[in-house]
Amino acid sequence: MAPALLEQPAGAQTAPGVMGPGAVPITLTINGKPMKVSVEPRETLLDVLRNKLDLTGAKRVCDRGTCGACSVLVNGKVMYACTILAIDAQGKQITTIEGFALAGGRPHPVVQAFVNNDAQQCGYCTPGFVVAAKAFLDANPNPTYEQVKDGLGGNLCRCGTYVGVRQAVLEAAKAMKGGRNA
Amino acid sequence: MPEYRWPEMSKRKVMGKRLNRLDGIEKASGRAKYCSDINKPGMLHGATLVCPYAHARVKSIDTSEAEKHPGVAGVHVVSPPGTEIYWAHCEVAFVAAETELAARDALKKIKVEYEVLPHVVHEADLKKVQDRAKAAGEQIEGDPDQALKEAAVVSEGFYGIPVLEHCCLEPHGSVVSWTPDNKVEFNPSTQAVTSIRGDMARALNVPAANVHVHQDHIGGGFGSKFQPDRWGEAAARLSKAAGGRPVKLFLERNVEQVIAGCRPSAFARIKLGATKDGKITLWESQSWATGGFTGGGSPPIPYVYTRIPNQRKNHSAVSTNTAPIRAWRAPNHQQASYLTCAAMEDLAAKLKMDPLELFLKNVDLTARPDTYERQLKKAAELAEWKKLWHPRGDSGRGHLKRGLGIGVCTWGGAGHDSTARCNIHPDGTVEVELGSQDLGTGTRTIIAQVAAESLGLQVNDIRVKIGDTNYPPSGTSGGSTTVGGVSSSTRKATINALTKLFEEVAPALGAPATELEAVDGKIQVKGNPAKSLTWKAACAKLGVKTISETGQNIPRDAPKEGLNTGGVGGVQIADVTVDVETGVVKMNRIVAVQDCGTIINPKTAESQVYGAIIMSICGALMEERIMDAVTGRMLNNEMEFYKLAGIKDIGEIVVHLEIDEINDKRGVIGLGEPPAVGGIAAIANAVANAIGVRVPLVPMTPMNVLNALSGRMS
Repeated sequence: MAPALLEQPAGAQTAPGVMGPGAVPITLTINGKPMKVSVEPRETLLDVLRNKLDLTGAKRVCDRGTCGACSVLVNGKVMYACTILAIDAQGKQITTIEGFALAGGRPHPVVQAFVNNDAQQCGYCTPGFVVAAKAFLDANPNPTYEQVKDGLGGNLCRCGTYVGVRQAVLEAAKAMKGGRNA
Repeated sequence: MPEYRWPEMSKRKVMGKRLNRLDGIEKASGRAKYCSDINKPGMLHGATLVCPYAHARVKSIDTSEAEKHPGVAGVHVVSPPGTEIYWAHCEVAFVAAETELAARDALKKIKVEYEVLPHVVHEADLKKVQDRAKAAGEQIEGDPDQALKEAAVVSEGFYGIPVLEHCCLEPHGSVVSWTPDNKVEFNPSTQAVTSIRGDMARALNVPAANVHVHQDHIGGGFGSKFQPDRWGEAAARLSKAAGGRPVKLFLERNVEQVIAGCRPSAFARIKLGATKDGKITLWESQSWATGGFTGGGSPPIPYVYTRIPNQRKNHSAVSTNTAPIRAWRAPNHQQASYLTCAAMEDLAAKLKMDPLELFLKNVDLTARPDTYERQLKKAAELAEWKKLWHPRGDSGRGHLKRGLGIGVCTWGGAGHDSTARCNIHPDGTVEVELGSQDLGTGTRTIIAQVAAESLGLQVNDIRVKIGDTNYPPSGTSGGSTTVGGVSSSTRKATINALTKLFEEVAPALGAPATELEAVDGKIQVKGNPAKSLTWKAACAKLGVKTISETGQNIPRDAPKEGLNTGGVGGVQIADVTVDVETGVVKMNRIVAVQDCGTIINPKTAESQVYGAIIMSICGALMEERIMDAVTGRMLNNEMEFYKLAGIKDIGEIVVHLEIDEINDKRGVIGLGEPPAVGGIAAIANAVANAIGVRVPLVPMTPMNVLNALSGRMS
């Protein structure tokens, strides 16, 4: 932890009747299943997924809503799990990469397209990209090349795999039209 | 002595094919477990306390409150009272607790008193660093004074390229347990599975044989992940103190960005002299750089065009109160390429000469004139140089100015020391084992391709096992030496194992072992498919025996064997559009022509070049460490304002790998680093060509571009 620039952090004011600050039991709906877990109110959905539920496809990279490596779907919409408190995720449909990437024992077309187009190197950002790409294609089943670039602008890669990612998303769009989303 | 040489290019069946990487599905589906993903039973979480001051002495440290904090298992101090700290974010203490949150809370309860000392964190202005600059001594070649008098044209310029952070997406750290039987189980994020074992053993003073290292995947290294580091050692000590419970300790992003690796800066005033027709006769440079407190960072200039006959060079290493440098993908080469190519482009502008002509006219000053001449011409063709290039600043009306620029690169490569073991089991299963690592370059895949090629099988028939110290030792992944090393050791191990298999099955085929070959999943008498056994049937002849043979790549012997070699050139041409009202530089295209040897997998090889180019775009236009003079701290130690390029920022990238019979005969040469060198220079020169003035400071952010346009130095 880096030192705070201010010597004294602002005193936290807890309103009466609010959860916490200790751990509280909650139920999250993850990949269609209810999961009971005890969390502190300040814990992010990302940390709960990774540390308490061993769902580690979402990665903690920037931890500040910049890089997209922790992307998950919340009610079908792509979101950064590091910017959501776990307690706020109650009652929502949370889909992680584990929920669809190999559903039915076969790679999802987006996963297969990432592999075919070598849209990964170290692979640490890749699950986040795959989640973002799936959400993008669900909303834009027939994207143009330019739309792909706009649609995936919320994810960062350090190895430099964007050329493959662009091709992969276009290939996945074709594959999904001919396949399960036809 | 078996024949190890690569089969002829035209006869290869698996090597040279554009295969998908073998661990692709595992990674893209989120199933791949990186060490930072590991959760073990009873595992504790670590957190790091760092010093807020750039230069200070620890007066006192009180951990008693932290130790009492609920859930805390231990506190380990690494900067005890009396320690002088030389850069902000230097580690002071580590905490292990039942949860990450408890560990972080406990950090706040550690009370440290510091004596704050004066600091220097900026090096761009050499006058202001005073005694922090250490001159390396003048280097002279030829007669620079005479050359200066005789030069028809002299061009002078100032150029600067900043400190960058490695910014690995998986932070540095490990999961480690040091159990009461004095054994250490170590899961680090590392580029050095084999050697980090010995480093950890030394740090903990335990026998190397007691340390076991395992890593399946690494989330980026780029030269920064070779050592266990203080946090790895601290995690082990916290584990020991907690009775051997595993401790997971990865740096948080705001610390990772500061102390886990950066590239040195480089600044230079450069004078180039030439004849009227553009023959370079003189190089003079006054350069300086910082590599952190202990100095370091000396770009090899002039770069590629090393044989300029008359040179005077003065370099100073500047010690700043900033975190130490680590090896960065092609250490010092990007800086050298930028300084040299920018000065050459400026000379061409002064000569009113096409810079392509200048780079071509002087290729005899390089170590590879033929290579660079061929590559400059090829890159110019692919970049449509003839059609799109214009004299500097002659970009037409309007606020959008287009320009082209050139950068060059060179690198060594070759293969590191590597031992591979090939096991052929009686059921036909084949394992290839190495204590190596796959940085995302496709190491697993190329090992399988080499083994399959040698054994007449397909990649899916090969189980590649890497990332573990139970496998034979293999070198660190640095210097673009992994593919050369592991492909050569795998080739030798598989050929050695196959030779044994031939001996076992020779009686059944009624031919001497030396007359057998492995082709298309069969062992057969050479050229006679009628006399053959399927691979499975052949292996069944082993009975209960498993063949287990090793093969080693020894760097000093490698050139004789012809499996790998070193030394490449490359040329990159950038095409940009600059908005002179906003200062925003937009990438249109980069062309990369890259010299290479034997390519085992063109798909993953191209990915290396794409990635290197994108990293160059980040470095040319976005990335820089920003230090605050007053507090001495890094201001952008996160990923919002430490800018990386996104998918929209990179334009189009054209990769031309020089794959041909002649290059192939050189054997395998590493490819990770060379293409990461010339892009910054190419983009910088394209910007100068577009807007008519040199933007002296990289990155070419809107601020630096607008300052250059208005004649202000930033």
